[in-house]
Amino acid sequence: MPELSVPELENIANKLRLHVVEMTYAASSGHPGGSLSSAELLSVLYFRAMRHDPSDPSMPDRDRFVLSKGHAAPILYSALAESGYFPKEDLLGLRKMGSKLQGHPVRGTVPGVEMSTGSLGQGLSMACGIALAGKMDGKAYRTFCLLGDGELQSGQNWEAAMFAHQYGLSSLIAFVDRNRLQITGNTEDAVGLDPLPEKWRAFGWNVQIIDGHNVRQIIDAIDKASRSRKSPSVIIMNTVKGKGVSFMENNAGFHGRACKPDEFEQAVKELKEAIQ
Amino acid sequence: MTDGRKSLAQRNYYGKALADLAAKRGDVVVLDADLAGSTKTSDFKKAAPERFVEVGIAEQNMIGIAAGLAASGKVAFASTFGVFASGRCWEQIRLAVAYPRLNVKIVATHCGISVGEDGASHQALEDMAIMRALPNMVVISPADAYEAYAATMAIADYDGPVYMRMGRAEFPTIMLEDVSFEIGKAKVLREGSDVTLIGCGQMVASCMEAAEALAGKGISAEVVNMSTVKPLDSAAVEASVGKTGCCVTAEEHSVIGGLGSAVAECLCRTSCVPLEMVGTKDTFGESGTPAELLSKYGLTAADIVAAAEKSIARKGKA
Repeated sequence: MPELSVPELENIANKLRLHVVEMTYAASSGHPGGSLSSAELLSVLYFRAMRHDPSDPSMPDRDRFVLSKGHAAPILYSALAESGYFPKEDLLGLRKMGSKLQGHPVRGTVPGVEMSTGSLGQGLSMACGIALAGKMDGKAYRTFCLLGDGELQSGQNWEAAMFAHQYGLSSLIAFVDRNRLQITGNTEDAVGLDPLPEKWRAFGWNVQIIDGHNVRQIIDAIDKASRSRKSPSVIIMNTVKGKGVSFMENNAGFHGRACKPDEFEQAVKELKEAIQ
Repeated sequence: MTDGRKSLAQRNYYGKALADLAAKRGDVVVLDADLAGSTKTSDFKKAAPERFVEVGIAEQNMIGIAAGLAASGKVAFASTFGVFASGRCWEQIRLAVAYPRLNVKIVATHCGISVGEDGASHQALEDMAIMRALPNMVVISPADAYEAYAATMAIADYDGPVYMRMGRAEFPTIMLEDVSFEIGKAKVLREGSDVTLIGCGQMVASCMEAAEALAGKGISAEVVNMSTVKPLDSAAVEASVGKTGCCVTAEEHSVIGGLGSAVAECLCRTSCVPLEMVGTKDTFGESGTPAELLSKYGLTAADIVAAAEKSIARKGKA
């Protein structure tokens, strides 16, 4: 596959956003806010950075992706469908009885979903296990893990962070979707995470801080993290929850609800205008 | 009953089995949460240090890592004490292991009240109940050290999640050293016609002792070793109570949710015969010697004898 350009990846990110809005609207539920904030990342991962083959989801040397913030399942499903793991029409089955697209990702039922997630705070541990297996077997694959910022309030993440450092899991690259909103409201008003970069550094990780909606910065950060030979890397992506739809941006209300009909029309209009 | 039998700790044979697996299978990895010397996973560490994973005192993380390893083709054994192996990380086991049916073996030592002096915080009496409730989870409680060895080898060959529990203390072996083990298959250790004694773990030995005592009273007891608590060998339960017409279960675990409950669930669907349960009665334990505690909490052969007589007396009464 030829390497896609920055504008092409930006365009794909908006296509993924449109899927998210459409599928959650069809489901009348789901989590659009945290899906939209990670659209650029999923675009870069599935359309440029990751070594993977949609026609062979269990390819032994594939790069792995673990969606720790499992409620962002719509953006993962969109990226998988858009890259060819399954037909795009299936996306509208999200959350419906009989669909393989469960409300939160399930390993084994959706091609390309590596681990079952949805209960927060567990994905980084799973990613550690995958990365460790690769290290034991002398494999070159990378393990990517997307964390929500709110879920970093859960202590298991920090157990995993200590472990990854101890075992020198340099092929492990975590992302924090730092959109600063959780259901309650601002993360810093719940149980604050700042200073977040210092926390990760203290746990022995390479830390980069980027604009999570800047495709160029995401590409460069992944390239840099991939060159690490000693330590695990974390890329803290400053993002906007609900990014790409004006009335959803920075609106915690859209953490866990779909658009109403009039909102849907507006969201689709805005996203279609953004897509080339 | 114990004449000529050795007294052995199950965990020592778990360690032996892991060391043998280290040589036999390159895909087996073992995870420890700072208790390798006690759980005997240290034997595996000696044999295959490159496949031994120390996670520190972090059981929830251990389960996630085990799941990731299993998803990458490893057979992951994760061991710690029963209270921590089941309770501390139950929801992690549910999401990361049971739901995607990953090949993780959670092997717990120090289960039951015979943990002794450490007291209630360390005595797992609810572990089988909470593990049994998880879909896709197999629950095993081997009868002695020899069966613990055989069961360890068997679960390594089984593709899916398993919870296996063992005790801390040494206790008399009742099986032969080369005993075989098949998941989900009960073994009739002694035939009888008046009452069925179904045990798991070290209570199987107590059932054998009780059967001997009952014989002295002219009562013929059948003893069934139900070392797989889930999936329960319902056919074996049915076959035995079909002969005897009443039943006693015995486990070093709460009567809520463990072997007794599993047998009750089976019997209420089929033959409604009297069932008496020997186990802890909705209570925490305390510090003491294993013998003192087994006696105080009603987990001796004498308690099984009394339960058997009660069960027999209830025959024919609704």
